[in-house]
Amino acid sequence: MADKLKGQTLIFNNSPFIISYATVSGPEEGKGPFASSIDKICTDPKCGKDTWEKGEKSMVKDAISLAMKKFSIAPKDIDLMVGGDLLNQIAISNFIARDYKLPYLGIYGACSSLIEALIFASISMDGGFADSVLNFSSSHYQTAERQYRTPLEYGAQYPPYKQYTVTGAGAYILGWINGHVKITAATIGKVIDLKISDPNDMGSAMAPAAADTILQHLNDTNRNVSDFDLIITGDLGKTGLKNLRSLLKEKNLELGNKLSDCGAIIFKQDAKYGSGGSGCAASSIILGSNIIPALKNNKYKRVLLIGTGALLSPITILQKESIPGIAHAVLIEKIN
Amino acid sequence: MGNYYTAFLIGGLVCALGQILLDNTKYTPAHLLVFLVVLASIFTGLGLYEPLIEFAGAGVTIPVANFGYVLTKGVLEELDKDGIPGLFKGVLKIASSGVSASVIIAFIIALIFNPRN
Amino acid sequence: MGNINKSKDEYKKLVKKNSPPLPRFKNIIKAYLVGGLICLIGQGFWNLYILIGYNQTDAGAMGTITMIMIGGLLTGMGYYDRLGQFAGAGSMVPVTGFANAMVSPALEYKQEGLVLGMGAKMFTVAGPVLTYGMVSSFFIGIIKLIFGG
Repeated sequence: MADKLKGQTLIFNNSPFIISYATVSGPEEGKGPFASSIDKICTDPKCGKDTWEKGEKSMVKDAISLAMKKFSIAPKDIDLMVGGDLLNQIAISNFIARDYKLPYLGIYGACSSLIEALIFASISMDGGFADSVLNFSSSHYQTAERQYRTPLEYGAQYPPYKQYTVTGAGAYILGWINGHVKITAATIGKVIDLKISDPNDMGSAMAPAAADTILQHLNDTNRNVSDFDLIITGDLGKTGLKNLRSLLKEKNLELGNKLSDCGAIIFKQDAKYGSGGSGCAASSIILGSNIIPALKNNKYKRVLLIGTGALLSPITILQKESIPGIAHAVLIEKIN
Repeated sequence: MGNYYTAFLIGGLVCALGQILLDNTKYTPAHLLVFLVVLASIFTGLGLYEPLIEFAGAGVTIPVANFGYVLTKGVLEELDKDGIPGLFKGVLKIASSGVSASVIIAFIIALIFNPRN
Repeated sequence: MGNINKSKDEYKKLVKKNSPPLPRFKNIIKAYLVGGLICLIGQGFWNLYILIGYNQTDAGAMGTITMIMIGGLLTGMGYYDRLGQFAGAGSMVPVTGFANAMVSPALEYKQEGLVLGMGAKMFTVAGPVLTYGMVSSFFIGIIKLIFGG
């Protein structure tokens, strides 16, 4: 086994810094508790464009240009772009890459796409293959609903545990300049399927994968819960988070307030959001509007961010398949 | 053709039974509607749907099950008149106004309006 | 699977325990009341058209078309999905729900063009109803043909 790989965890010798980042969201997220830390809030889900897909694309573009502007980075300073989204053929990410004309790796991890991108980026930097990597990911309520579920104006009744896709994008630039926040390790998840097949309950489908990756990370790094300030999953939602707690409790891990979920906290309290947010944007927005600022302010020193993905497709659901889940983790630490 | 009371009572009942199916099985709304239409079609064949209309009026003509009734009634009437060609000629005979209206109205509405966010 | 060691049946039980329960009784009541109300309104239109002078059959057809227009309009204006979330089957089962099922995908795919978007997608949700309605009426006809009477 390679010397930097322990179990499923990569320990980086040359940990890249997150030197700049920006988050953009739609109007619903702008009503939530982190609105003031989101860099740009679009007042309509189309962001002034004529289709929702173009609106999602413009959110990603805004996030990327804001992230570059904050640190005066020009596109030519970026060695590599890694990005992904929820749409078929990762259409949004591909068309963003077309506009920037930089070496590009498109990836798909469902809602774990941002974390998967950060892992790719960290590997390329630690391995000496790149000195600056731009990561981006997005999701959008209308574009996701029409692809995965039913038309928006359709009068179907949803169960109370259904999640609400987060509309927004996040862009994160990794480099060697001391940005005080580093990605020091990453745990690559395995696909876990406990045969949950309700597409309205993706949180429960992904919780086993999240539990598996968390346990694996602790095992590989020889750490326990007290070594972390926050362990936060991407989009399990309130119901999925409950299931995760139960699964971890069975392994004698009681995390209490240390365990949280981006989707569960991103919206204001309202029954219309059901179990909470889902989609790549849940983690993409919370990382930049909550986690990194908290690390920079010394509220946290060590955070484990676990991106969670529900690996279903509209066809597999029609074919009565269950929903496999995957969870990838990045360990983010504050350096002075 | 029913009255206000029976329309409400029976119409509500049909919907409530539909709700029980949706909440307790894995069937989707599309499955429920297909089930209702096929059931109504069978009832029509057995001569049971028309007495229901007599009693409950709009309580059974407004639910989409009525579509099964008009389709089947059309076939049975044309079958009587024309024999085998009636099996095909009769299907949309009575239902024609409903189907045409649905398509034309859906077109006009979709043209005028835009989805609210 | 390595760390979790949980069987799918055990996990299903856990999920059931942790999920907020469906308000089944409330849903039935809401479906009953809204469905009944929509049928009541349909009865009203039926009576109205007879009053105006149409015969019973034509009045029924006109009433149905009126309800289709109402369902379509409420969908276009963006209210039918809220009604659906409240009433469930109470708004899906009446013919207004059928109109909603045709208008909503047409509305949404308008941005993909009038022919291939709006024109084609109109039947995505309502299609099965048409298909199985026509097929079952045909087979009832076959049965009548074979067994007579």
